[in-house]
Formats: sequence, structure tokens, C-alpha cells
Amino acid sequence: MATWTWFHRFGSPPFVYRIAGRCAPWFGAGAVLCIAYGLFGGLVLAPPDYQQKDAFRIVYVHAPAAWLSLSCYTTMAVAAFVGLVWRIKVAHAVASALAPVGASFAFVCLATGSLWGRPMWGTWWEWDARLTSQLILLFLYLGYMALRSAHDDLQRADRASAVLAVVGVVNVPIIHYSVYWWNSLHQGATVMKADKPSMPAEMLVPLLVMFLGFTLFQLWVLCTRLRAEILERERNARWLREEIQEGA
Amino acid sequence: MLQPVVFFLIVTTLFPLSLSPQLSQLRDIAPGIVWVGALLSSLLALENLFRADMDDGTLEQWVVSGQPLSVQVLSRTLAHWTVSGLPLVAASPLVGASLAVPAAAFGMMALLLALGTLCLSGIGAAGAALTLGSRRASVLLSLLVLPLAMPILIFGARGVDLAILGESTRGPLLLLSALTVLTLSLTPLAAAAAVRISLE
Amino acid sequence: MNQWASFEQFLAMGGYAAYVWPSIGLAVGTLLANVVMARRRHAQALQQALRRLAVNAAGNAP
Repeated sequence: MATWTWFHRFGSPPFVYRIAGRCAPWFGAGAVLCIAYGLFGGLVLAPPDYQQKDAFRIVYVHAPAAWLSLSCYTTMAVAAFVGLVWRIKVAHAVASALAPVGASFAFVCLATGSLWGRPMWGTWWEWDARLTSQLILLFLYLGYMALRSAHDDLQRADRASAVLAVVGVVNVPIIHYSVYWWNSLHQGATVMKADKPSMPAEMLVPLLVMFLGFTLFQLWVLCTRLRAEILERERNARWLREEIQEGA
Repeated sequence: MLQPVVFFLIVTTLFPLSLSPQLSQLRDIAPGIVWVGALLSSLLALENLFRADMDDGTLEQWVVSGQPLSVQVLSRTLAHWTVSGLPLVAASPLVGASLAVPAAAFGMMALLLALGTLCLSGIGAAGAALTLGSRRASVLLSLLVLPLAMPILIFGARGVDLAILGESTRGPLLLLSALTVLTLSLTPLAAAAAVRISLE
Repeated sequence: MNQWASFEQFLAMGGYAAYVWPSIGLAVGTLLANVVMARRRHAQALQQALRRLAVNAAGNAP
């Protein structure tokens, strides 16, 4: 019972607004430190790959961007589901705040994949399974944001886009596996192998730190955007008056 | 009602005109042409799935009738499929013949198309219900539905490909059937939720 | 350990500079843009809320 009431406070806008404001600087500091160290470790300290030489260093932004876009979509769908079932306004605000972040990193993942593919495959675009499913993920984000902007009424936009996010997240694994299946029929093995079990620690550690940094970054931006969303949604609430006039 | 079929026939005619009339080349790309054509034509029909029901108040009647809304949505979707999806299936041998698909593959192509359009109707029902209360619904609908329909395209086109080559189509056929069953059992729930939202 | 003999070599990225640096630049740029846009949006929302409260307060005053 006690755990449930603790959880329940996350449905209350004033509580979330304050908590997000308090957490944001910590997430931000962590993200900056981790990303700075990850870039330094990846670009300066890590030895060149024996096959791809220095071009492999693109992985230090490519893979975390792919991770971030996928994790944003999953978080968005979970938040949308919570908002839909329990009618929690804050959950819809979370989903709405995450969509542009995820979409922008899906794009970064595609662009860096293309820049990586040029020297490795000799072409800007290869119908590689991972790039293709990332492209479809970007389309899913665009559909979500288009549906959002097509509704004038905020509540209706919230609930309609939440249904779409849930349908989309059920489809993501199906799309993923069908694209891999399709790809394996048309070319034997992918040119660029995803998993290298023999990655030395000097290469691996900066990559893992980058993953952590991007995750903290997602939380940082989420906190800031969430605060803006709450301010826009809670137009005339009394707590808002107390909260921001104290701060001002 | 005939519009999707006519659209299907016209779109598939565009490909030989824009590529090459050589039958051997057409046969290689026939699965892609047939499936892209079928997806786009069914998409065209989906826009009107709930529109008339929305305008004359039928949707409200469904909600207050006390019957599960998802079942009513599903029956509406299936009814819509018989007038939009089935004609495409019936027209597929015609398109196949014009693209040099061997007659032995017609049956399998029709079966795969029937499953695929059924599956797309399921996804499309959710999409059509979501865009009910919004502006620019038709463009939006394709933006929502097409990314979700890519697995259908992959399995369906591969199946037709194998049928043309005279090989076993068991794999894609089973995968597409599983996808259709999954889609038709889950998307009516989403479509029902979306209908409720549009009526709020 | 530092893999680079000189700063010029670091910039050259073993001949892949034209691919590595735009990738890094795009990623870092997107990171920064996300933060800047989020903060600007929050600041705007705060401004609007303050203005609305001021209007309400003036309207409610006797």
C-alpha cells in the first residue's frame, strides 16, 4: 500500500514539476561528463580497428544514437499506455516530450550510418537490415508527430497519439524481424558485423560510457521538456501560481 | 466501390510503361508491383471506412448499444474488406497475366493477397479510426499505416516471388497468416479505443 | 593511451576525416540543439504562465 501511494505521486503535476526541476541539473552534469569522456576515449584513446581503421570511430555516435531513438520510442509507448489506461496527464506529457528527441536521434543514426557506409561499403545507402529498420522507426516517429499536430484539442491529441504509440511498439519487433528476414534472403552476411566479441577494453569502455551518457541525456532533456509541457497544460492551477511566483 | 480495383489496374499498368515491356524483366519485378499496387489501392479505400458511420451517427449507436465495440469494429472492417480487398484479389490474375506471371502462380498470389489485404484492413481500421477527428485525414492515414504495413509487404512479395519461381511458399504463407491472425485479434481493440476518443 | 603522434594526424583520422568529423559534428550538434530547444521551450512556457498569472491577478483585483 505504501509503495503504491509513493508511485501515485508521479501522477501529480506539481510533484513531477518540482522533482524534474531538481533532477535535471544532475542528469545534465552526468550526461556532459559521460559524453565528453566517451568522445575523448573513442576518438583519442581507443586504438584503430584492424579492419576499418579509423572509420570505425563513427560507432561512438552511431550506436548510442540508435539506442537513444529506440529507448525513446519504448519509453514513449509505455508512458502512452499508462496515460491511456489510468488517464494520467503527466504520462501523456512524457510521451509528447520524448517524440522529437527520439526522432532527431533516429535521423542522426541514419545520417552517421550513411557517412560510415560510404568508405566501408562504397555507397551512401545500403539496404542493410539495421539501417532499414531504423528508417522505418523514423517513419513511425513522423507518423506519431503528424497525428499529434493534426488534432487541435490537446486531450484528444494525447489519447489518439497514445493509441498509435502502443500499436507501433507492438509492431516494432515484428518490423525488426521481418526486415532481418528479408535482408538475409537477399545478401548472405552483412558487410559490417554488429557484434564483435573480441572488442578490446580500450574500445569497449568508451562505447559503454557513451551509452550511459546518452541515456542520462535523454533523462535530462525529458525533465526540461516535461516541465515545459506541464506549464502549458496546467494553465490556471493554484499550485502553479505558488510555485513560479516563489521562484520569480 | 470499384475505384480501388480500377486504381490497382492503372497503377500496375504504369510500371511496364515506365520500365520496359520485356516480359522476362517484368516477371522479376512483378511481386513488388502487385504488392505495392495492392497496398496503395486498399489504402485509398480505407479512408472511407468509418467516415459515413461517423457522419450519420452510427458510431454513437455502436457505443451505446452495449455490445463490445471492438467486435462491431471488426465486423465493419471485414465487411469493408469484402468490397475493397476481395475485388483486388479477384483482379489479381488479370494483373499477373499482364506482368508475365505464370498461370500456376495465380492461385498462390490470390491467396497471399487475400491474407495481406485482410491484415492491412485490420491495421487500416485502427488508422482510420485515429484520423477520424483530424484535418488532412487521407495523407495522415497513409503516413500512419504504411510503416506498419511493411512486414505484410515483405512476406507477401516474397511469397509471390517463390510462387513465380515454382518453389514452396510455405514459409512466407505461414508467416503472413500468423501476422494476419495477430493483427485481426489486436487491432480491433485499438480501433475501438480510437473510435471512443473521436466521439469524446 | 593516446593513439595519435600529432594533432594533424588526429584531425586527419587516418584518411577518414571527411566521414568521421561530420558524423561527430552532427551528433554533437543534435545533442546541443535538443538541449537548447528544450530549455528555450521551458523558458517560454514560464514567461507565458507568469504573464497569464499577472493578467488574472489584475482581473481579480477589486
